[in-house]
Amino acid sequence: MAVPEIRNKHRNNSEMHRVMRQLKKNKLAMIGLVIFAIEIIVAILSPYIIPYKYNAMDMTSVQKGPSLVHLFGTDELGRDIFSRVLYGGQYSLTMGVLATFISTTVGMLIGAVSGYFGGKVDNIMMRILDVIQSLPNMLLSIVISAVLGSGFVNTIIALSVNGLPAAARMLRAQIMKERENEYIEAAVSINCSRSRIILNHLIPNSFSPNIVQATMGVASMISIAASLSFIGLGVQPPIPEWGAMLSAARQFIRQSPHMVIFPGLAIAVTVLALNLLGDGLRDALDPKLKN
Amino acid sequence: MNDNTENKNFLDIENLVVEYRSNDQTVHAVNGVSLKLEGGQVLGLVGETGAGKTTIAKSILRILPDVSARIAGGNIELEGKQLFQLSETEMQQIRGKKVSMIFQDPMTALNPVQRIGEQIEEVVSLHNRGNHEDHVKRAEEMLEMVGIPKERYREYPHQFSGGMKQRVVIAMALACNPDLLLADEPTTALDVTIQAQVLDLIAELRKKYHTAMILITHDMGVVAQTCDMVAVIYAGQILEYGTKEQIFDHPSHPYTIGLFGAIPKLNVDEEWLHPINGLPPDPTNLPQGCPFNPRCRFATDECRKKAAEMMKTPDGHDCRCIHIAEALKGE
Repeated sequence: MAVPEIRNKHRNNSEMHRVMRQLKKNKLAMIGLVIFAIEIIVAILSPYIIPYKYNAMDMTSVQKGPSLVHLFGTDELGRDIFSRVLYGGQYSLTMGVLATFISTTVGMLIGAVSGYFGGKVDNIMMRILDVIQSLPNMLLSIVISAVLGSGFVNTIIALSVNGLPAAARMLRAQIMKERENEYIEAAVSINCSRSRIILNHLIPNSFSPNIVQATMGVASMISIAASLSFIGLGVQPPIPEWGAMLSAARQFIRQSPHMVIFPGLAIAVTVLALNLLGDGLRDALDPKLKN
Repeated sequence: MNDNTENKNFLDIENLVVEYRSNDQTVHAVNGVSLKLEGGQVLGLVGETGAGKTTIAKSILRILPDVSARIAGGNIELEGKQLFQLSETEMQQIRGKKVSMIFQDPMTALNPVQRIGEQIEEVVSLHNRGNHEDHVKRAEEMLEMVGIPKERYREYPHQFSGGMKQRVVIAMALACNPDLLLADEPTTALDVTIQAQVLDLIAELRKKYHTAMILITHDMGVVAQTCDMVAVIYAGQILEYGTKEQIFDHPSHPYTIGLFGAIPKLNVDEEWLHPINGLPPDPTNLPQGCPFNPRCRFATDECRKKAAEMMKTPDGHDCRCIHIAEALKGE
């Protein structure tokens, strides 16, 4: 009867630690993670580290190319593009992360409830999501932004609604698979409430695809936010959101391409970093998908 | 089984009928099962896969899937309380506290992303007052009781072997000192040595807390080792019911006799096994009369017309067959 005593060297053998170990082995994913981390830190610190104020105009040096004085050059009003890109990161990144967070959380709740209860509840919720999904992503964001008006908060709302259906459907499918397991029946037999079963047992066992999706989602949210700003619906100038900067600079693309290149590069690098990280996370979370 | 006047029984299942429905089919899973169990006793439910054993156990806890299953009739009384008439809130006092269940497959009966200690603690905290530390202490106590060092409290199910997982499941089931334990094939997924350990462990803990148990199994060896009473279930009906000694020494129903005949004997050199011919009936389309008649070699026209009532065998246990005398004689 006696069980040999086993001292565990890896005290933390949880799923999360396993995933982290796996992720650390993946170089590309780590590069993505580091880039994204640096971007976030820089964005947070930007008010203190940028060399010029983001809206400080200098009419004596307008549309100058990159130089040591102005690393990324200046725009049509003589504002330092380096400072603006760094400062604008606050808006772009916050919008991307926040919108993804909201859409993932709300979407997961909808998906979990719908997947667990099934039947009528499921049917009603999924039909509502069908309506949302029947509109192309970009068009939906444009419609919502147009109705609510432009601005930081409204853009986040528009983006969040966009991401809802995908997050909900993904978790719903996982939950439907997971709820058939015996441990859920066991949980019912020890008198767990429904909310407890959903929150404590079902979601922790089913949300890893959502994490991957959310990571990639931040990237697409950032690009949709930039697109909205680009067509004048998202965050408005003079706030140096990356898309808004691109939009303002597009008329000068022939004379001074650097005005487009640097904000564009900022978006591209962020999206790339997040996609790399997302890929790595997917491999780490689901070893079956590898190769 | 025949007199319902006295009410001293701990558990009293009366004429239970359960159906599963899907689209246009009705599966008759349990068809009028009546059982009695005294406190502290062990009842073995024996039968083939699909005979309705698990459904009976789940009806007691009222955890049948509410979409498809329907309790079409009957009554379950636990300590004089009619379980089907209790509200969901009253039922909560019973689930996991008074009655708890051990599941068949320990591999899937534990939440894979929750630490095993926390899973035991969850049961404790759902049914007991007191603060977190008390609950953790109780969970640690339970771990030690099933022979797992409490240092492993913070480990995950994947770090445990099958036998140890089943111990954790047992610890969960017994954490609130239930009066009735429903063990649904607790050893089917385990190998024979671990099976013996787990059965010993259950027996030991049961004796300690005077817990009654319904043991669901298709393993006659397990029944012989553990049970006081035995009910042989076939197609959702009890075909034979008596004490372990009665059933093992004088199996009277042709089905039970067939079951014992199918066990290979160690002391005889036999080339072939002796299975019962045929398959269990399709529960969506049960045969008329005695459900066993298509496979029974004693079957007569009478068996095909009308299902047999419960009869008394010569040694006094219950058997649902009109040909007991022939069956007992053999050929």
